[in-house]
Amino acid sequence: MSAPSAIGLWGVPLAMIGGAVRVSTPYIFVALGETITERSGRINLGQEGTLVFGAMIGYGVAIMTGSAWLGVAAACVCGGGFGLFHGWICSYPKVNDIAIGIAMMQLGVGLAIFFGKPFIQPAAPHLPAIPLGWWSAVPQIRVALDVNALFILGLALALFLNWAFRNTRYGLMLRVVGDSADAARAIGLNPDRLRLYATAIGGAMAGIGGAYLSLYYPGSWNEGISSGQGLMAVALVIFARWNPLGCFFAALLFGGAGALGAALQSVGVTQGYYLFYAAPYVLTLIIMIATSSRSHSLIGAPGELSITK
Amino acid sequence: MAYKLPISRRQLLKSTAAGGTMLAATGLAPLRALAAGPLTVGFIYVGSKDDYGYNQSHAEAAATFKKMPGIKVVEEENVPETNAVVETMESMINIDGASLVFPTSFGYFNPFMLATAKKYPKVEFRHCGGLWTKADPANTGSYFGYIGMGQYLNGIVAGHMTKSKKLGFIAAKPIPQVLLNINSFLLGARSVDPAITVKTIFTGDWNLPVKEAEAANALADQGIDVLTMHVDSPKVIIQTAAGRGLYVCGYHVDQAALAPANYLTGANWNWAKPYHDFITEKLGHKPLGQFVRGGIPEGFVKMSPLGSMVTAPARKQFDATLADIMKGNFAIIKGPMKDNTGKIVVPAGKIYPESAIELEKMNYLLEGVIGSTS
Repeated sequence: MSAPSAIGLWGVPLAMIGGAVRVSTPYIFVALGETITERSGRINLGQEGTLVFGAMIGYGVAIMTGSAWLGVAAACVCGGGFGLFHGWICSYPKVNDIAIGIAMMQLGVGLAIFFGKPFIQPAAPHLPAIPLGWWSAVPQIRVALDVNALFILGLALALFLNWAFRNTRYGLMLRVVGDSADAARAIGLNPDRLRLYATAIGGAMAGIGGAYLSLYYPGSWNEGISSGQGLMAVALVIFARWNPLGCFFAALLFGGAGALGAALQSVGVTQGYYLFYAAPYVLTLIIMIATSSRSHSLIGAPGELSITK
Repeated sequence: MAYKLPISRRQLLKSTAAGGTMLAATGLAPLRALAAGPLTVGFIYVGSKDDYGYNQSHAEAAATFKKMPGIKVVEEENVPETNAVVETMESMINIDGASLVFPTSFGYFNPFMLATAKKYPKVEFRHCGGLWTKADPANTGSYFGYIGMGQYLNGIVAGHMTKSKKLGFIAAKPIPQVLLNINSFLLGARSVDPAITVKTIFTGDWNLPVKEAEAANALADQGIDVLTMHVDSPKVIIQTAAGRGLYVCGYHVDQAALAPANYLTGANWNWAKPYHDFITEKLGHKPLGQFVRGGIPEGFVKMSPLGSMVTAPARKQFDATLADIMKGNFAIIKGPMKDNTGKIVVPAGKIYPESAIELEKMNYLLEGVIGSTS
């Protein structure tokens, strides 16, 4: 096999950029989906379960049909189904969306494990990469810039949502429902129905994030595939202050920080890897503490959200 | 245990024979003949039993007993290394009637299995990988395979196949078995060329697919051209490494099918051997082994077939070394040896064969490994 020359310390920034692009996509999709849901005034903690189930069903359908894109479609549909279910239960009075979310998380993971057994061993077709590093002669850079179409779609979605929340009828409806159900009812909107749709869209996007995990990177189905990324992404939404572009950059940051531990060890900084692996979480804590306030609620927080009410 | 009653066993055999079965069959199939009441055997896995790795290697061995009459296999997977395993063992004992339990993950041993064993003195507990001593309860024991020799053979093939003279090792946690595997891989490679180094990345846990893929990419970026691993489910690493054009040496189970052009060979478990021995002993009311170890000669460990790309000199050294290992008590850790901080860890003149108990307490990475135990 051809052995590319080592790139030494440049490997660390390169691995972080490459890691940011490779690892961030599931975060982007779950976080953007969750932003839509939370902007409508609901929180869906079940996203982790949806992510894992999406990973399983995407992989399974890709194996059975031979098409990775059909796998993504199946994951999207199933994720939407999970979202609808969550939204439907929560439309009943006195139902706690956080408790339902936790139950949905367990359900999603459990179903994925149950149905996913036969798919652990076979290899599914992968989603194709777009070689954005074609201009470089350095193989490491070319690999780092192999970008999946879903990543670009994620960026486009973040830009679109950022615009749509402010400038479209549906964006404004969603925000009214999320900020005050009473005001929404007064202008003739049905909060429960809008939240149902918002949760379904959020679930569908989490499903796509799951399909990315199993069909592109790391590109395999096993029961530990998500390592809690779905939950991290829900936290990331708060971290990004319910701002779609913020979600995108926060996802990049988490992806890059996740690559740090491995990259440092690969260049010979071998001590304290457990600490480096904790980097994203330490970062979250620092930013949360730095931006917290005694006098007012979180800036950008939807008023109807049960965690900020 | 006090089951030293060969006579009762014979009487049992006689009564079985008198019941109308053929006496001749008893000598041929001891498992079948000795089964008076069903023996319930419990297997506990830390991950999925279909992980295409460590847990699967145990589950496949367990599955070979499912069809045997007189044996009932109960299993539970995804049991964390916490108090959860105590509950699993207790439910296997109290509800399923298990009288022989195999908790297969490293972290189950102390305190969980030892504490449960004290509570249920009539049940036999055998743990995979634990460092059992005579001070532990009489109804406990441990078994393990000297798979370090398999990693040594991996290292020989890797040493012949590398061009950059830089190998990679992706490991979960710096526990003795893992460190021995890393050191063995290095020594195997250095038996080919003493200039070879092994770069190690610890991911921090047994099953972290995203980190494992990141580690494989980071190693590839650094010019590593042959990779091996010690994580529970090597599939992601093998696929990522193959995608980057690296050669890989496998672990746990044969995974050549995932990357036939890149998979050189692999160190694989054969747990059916120790399980068969334990179950035969239990059925025969003989005392069960308490410190059971075996390597390639004993059939506990086997190698994946060499890939077609493996060169003739590599094959030659592989076969010759394998023949030496088959003679038993093969030693690769020989003093003087320094760790990668320069400290002498094996004094001159000291030789540790594969069975040496000191190797199960290994806490160092040898000079030539780029990595750290903390």
